[in-house]
Amino acid sequence: MNIVVAIKHIPSIADDLPVKGNNVDFDSVDFVLNEFDEQSIEQAVLVKEAVGGTVTVIGVDMIGELDGVLHLALAKGADKAVKITGDDPAADSHMQAKWLSEAIKVMSADIIFAGVQASNDLDGQIGPMIAAYLDLPYIGGVSFVEVVGNTATVNKEFAGGFGAKYSISLPMVVGVQAASKPPRYAPISKVRQVAQTATIEKVAPSGDTSAGLSFKKMAPPVVTGHAEMIGGSSKEVATKIVELLKSKGLA
Amino acid sequence: MSNDIFVITEHMDGKFSDVSFEMVGKAKELASAFGGQAVAVVVGGGVSANVFASDSTIHVDDENLAQFNPEAYGKVIEALVKEKSPRLVMFGWTATGMDLAAWLSARLDKPCVAYARDLCIENNALIVNSQVYGGKMIAEVAPEGDMAVVAVLAGSFPAEAGQGSTAATTIASPVALDGLKVKFVEAIKPAGGDVDITAQTKLVSIGRGIGSKDNVELAEELAQKLGATVSSSRPVVDAGWLPRTRQVGKSGLKVKPKLYLMLGISGAPEHLEGMKDAELIIAINTDKKASIFNVAHYGATADLFEVAEAMLELL
Repeated sequence: MNIVVAIKHIPSIADDLPVKGNNVDFDSVDFVLNEFDEQSIEQAVLVKEAVGGTVTVIGVDMIGELDGVLHLALAKGADKAVKITGDDPAADSHMQAKWLSEAIKVMSADIIFAGVQASNDLDGQIGPMIAAYLDLPYIGGVSFVEVVGNTATVNKEFAGGFGAKYSISLPMVVGVQAASKPPRYAPISKVRQVAQTATIEKVAPSGDTSAGLSFKKMAPPVVTGHAEMIGGSSKEVATKIVELLKSKGLA
Repeated sequence: MSNDIFVITEHMDGKFSDVSFEMVGKAKELASAFGGQAVAVVVGGGVSANVFASDSTIHVDDENLAQFNPEAYGKVIEALVKEKSPRLVMFGWTATGMDLAAWLSARLDKPCVAYARDLCIENNALIVNSQVYGGKMIAEVAPEGDMAVVAVLAGSFPAEAGQGSTAATTIASPVALDGLKVKFVEAIKPAGGDVDITAQTKLVSIGRGIGSKDNVELAEELAQKLGATVSSSRPVVDAGWLPRTRQVGKSGLKVKPKLYLMLGISGAPEHLEGMKDAELIIAINTDKKASIFNVAHYGATADLFEVAEAMLELL
């Protein structure tokens, strides 16, 4: 089974996002792996462990710092790592999906995993776009995958615990919401060891497209309301919350 | 090329989702500004489609479309859009719309705006507000060209404006639906056996800030003292720290308790969708700029563990 995982390196939202002109100031933010990609890497490794094969992780190198993410994926069980030397921190989802699909096209993938979404998917997610560019079907919101022969059975989640089971003839692109099991932990020592020995294949971006969006503005939301903030030490905060709850008959 | 606005509606078990009506209402406003029609598109069998206030409704009825199938629905919508060339195609940014919007955009080489929470027209051009970076940023963008695809966050517009009784025109599928690679097998119903968080009056809800599975116990203790139940945001469930039955938000459950005490939840739009109507929202988070503080009634920038332990002593 030839398994490919397409990942996204995205601005971290743990800190404030500075603005430059009409977009995020990409030079001043940290980039991290899209959280849903941790799930899709895990799902890919689980499928490999069940049926055999190889897992290739591929992403666009936005700021020249993708190696760390690829080393982590290798430490978690991926077999090969490929980076597309985009070197454009503002590359939108359409551009990334086009470059990724051009690179994946020659890999004869049986199944391609992508995170179901990313917080910077302003112009949509890369998973469905890779499917469109490669003329493959796509199914997202997936939380369970089982492969038997050339057929995958997946569970897709709707809201409120409802969902549906689908059977799919491979190849296809799967957008992972959550892996069949929670992502495994890779110890730092193993990641370090991988970093010393691993080879990351470099691919130049190929194919041309863009989101076709003209940016008017990028700014934090205009706040219409704000919580009444409770100040003081943790103990004081706790006291005030308990008083508040008691006054409302909630404690 | 027309100035019509297509709304791709969504339904389950014969019932349309609120976001379908919300989009139809907005589409009517945009269509009149563009000088076109608001067209509700209903894909699927076994549903009465005469429920929208749209200018017209197209109902594509085929037995292969009885249940949502991203491949079949995609083919039908692509064919319809190619034939009718609307100015705008609206999807919900939902479990089904997310499978189709970006896909259609790439198929047709037309722009797509996801996470949309408002649309307006300025100088005959469409402007879309999109809530990106976990709700920390609002992007204002103008899709270029003569057609755009937009995926709209649920709850962005009033649903009432889209409710009506326009008689649908039923058509057969515009494309052959044999030889599909994706096949619907069966529906999955919510897992039983756990508490129903939608029926609880008090919830202590934990997010990524809880840090590890071991720490969930602290939230359980606090909940017990308050006569509450523990719920969570999605990352906690994805990490396997709580069962999926406890998940609040877009891909989880919608709750409206009297108390929603949030420990370490930053307030991504997906989570807010599930709890913003709670009567009393109290949020504890270490990030003073966490977007949850724009929604909560009371907030504190504090260590959730210290606050929870201090509360336990006081209760």
